[in-house]
Amino acid sequence: MTRAIAQIRFIAATLAVAVMLMFAAPVGAQQPVNPTASSVKEEQLLNELKRIQGRGTIPDAKSYVIEQPEGRDWRHFHEVTLRWIGAISIIGILVVLVGFYLMRGMVRLESGRSGRVVVRFNGFERLLHWMTASCFIVLAISGLNVTFGKELLLPYIGPEAFSTWSQWVKYAHNYLSFPFTIGVVIIFLMWLPGNFPNKVDVEWLKEGGGIVGHRHPPAYRFNAGQKMIYWLQILAGGALAVSGYLLMFPFYGTDIADMQTAEMVHGVVAVLFVAIMIAHIYIGTIGMEGAFEGMWDGTVDVNWAREHHSLWLEQEERRGRLAASPPQGAVQAAE
Amino acid sequence: MARMKFLCDADRCIECNACVTACKNEHEVPWGMNRRRVVTINDGKPGERSVSMACMHCTDAPCQAVCPVNCLYTTADGVVLHSKDLCIGCGYCFYACPFGAPQYPKVGNFGSRGKMDKCTYCAGGPEPDGSKEEYEKYGANRLAEGKLPLCAEMCSTKSLLAGDGDIIAQIYKDRVSKRGYGSGAWGWKTAYRETIES
Repeated sequence: MTRAIAQIRFIAATLAVAVMLMFAAPVGAQQPVNPTASSVKEEQLLNELKRIQGRGTIPDAKSYVIEQPEGRDWRHFHEVTLRWIGAISIIGILVVLVGFYLMRGMVRLESGRSGRVVVRFNGFERLLHWMTASCFIVLAISGLNVTFGKELLLPYIGPEAFSTWSQWVKYAHNYLSFPFTIGVVIIFLMWLPGNFPNKVDVEWLKEGGGIVGHRHPPAYRFNAGQKMIYWLQILAGGALAVSGYLLMFPFYGTDIADMQTAEMVHGVVAVLFVAIMIAHIYIGTIGMEGAFEGMWDGTVDVNWAREHHSLWLEQEERRGRLAASPPQGAVQAAE
Repeated sequence: MARMKFLCDADRCIECNACVTACKNEHEVPWGMNRRRVVTINDGKPGERSVSMACMHCTDAPCQAVCPVNCLYTTADGVVLHSKDLCIGCGYCFYACPFGAPQYPKVGNFGSRGKMDKCTYCAGGPEPDGSKEEYEKYGANRLAEGKLPLCAEMCSTKSLLAGDGDIIAQIYKDRVSKRGYGSGAWGWKTAYRETIES
């Protein structure tokens, strides 16, 4: 009996081995299976893809990227490149403006004040300008704080105070972006009619806008310099808005590389924008006599208009927006 | 002093997620946040590998460099920790981190991410070791008790190694030479600017 069982066992075992060999043979014939030969290697993946990602089991899809050495590049951009761009452009524009002011001083009204004024910007325009401008100033300071604050402010007020301050200005930055964007959009539409480049601008630019010397090239409501500020403001504001909202709504349809790119665009455009606006503030205040009141009171002296925007003043006169014809004998400084 | 590092031997990882679970439990990490996660590369294809990844506690850590309020710091053990009191939740550390380690408790709209959270190498935070405040903000401080991170300690296949960098590198090297293959020390070149020759 036991012998019979042993025989059956033997036959069964032989059959089992035969079956195994039968199935194993074709596989072995195709290729020897070595589970490690085809295994992914970290170094190879990094060299090929620059970023390693796979499949994860938690809902957070951005966690599926396990290695993105570009983070180091982004760090270099943020800590070194952006700071240089920012420092050079902002300090550079300040040096240029101080130098210019020392050489040229305030651009005076050459024909003096006539005592008569003409409306330059109505209440709505001024409201929009100052809403956007005040938002811009807060946005600029809070933005510069992120890049330069820990070097320029933290050592003086300490980590706790600096953290509290940074937290508040971060909220200010995020929330004031909305009125700022609205301002940029309305300014774009509001002043678009006067800002298309034309022939007069070519002449104006050829004469350097009369910045150097005492010539006053003719201009309509906006001269070529103002048109440049307008278009730069639209482009920079637009780029900042798009990149900023991407940053404010992180990983909504964007991945880590997109977020890094958005931050880089935001940072570079922002520091250049600040530099441009410093020049704009200069020319609108201490750079030129009689300019600031146009945006503050809404009116400018007729002589100012004649010197800087002669063609615009003629238009206004033709439209009868001046109470009476300008007094005869007013100095015709603008040829 | 020891220079603490993590090493995931992907040829041993079986994607059991015990490290993830251990970490979440040990530190009571809230819903939606993971200090550690397991990701499978080439899932379902021959030679797929799973890697357990968390903060690698980089040498010259990028997160620490980009933090606008300097809330991150590196301890004498080479562990990168941060202060939740100083963090403003700007999210920059996540952009700089090569390993996706920083986590935020809120969705992130309107810049309200909340205080960043990440792997502390089971070493707590700036508060006194083992204090209640430290536990509430950063979880357990095992390192102060002389214990290594729990994820590595309870790894069933000893795939995830934690400890002094030189020692775990030697262990990995021995394994690779003995078994004859290795998919590499994942993240080491990026985190520590070095790799393990095998």
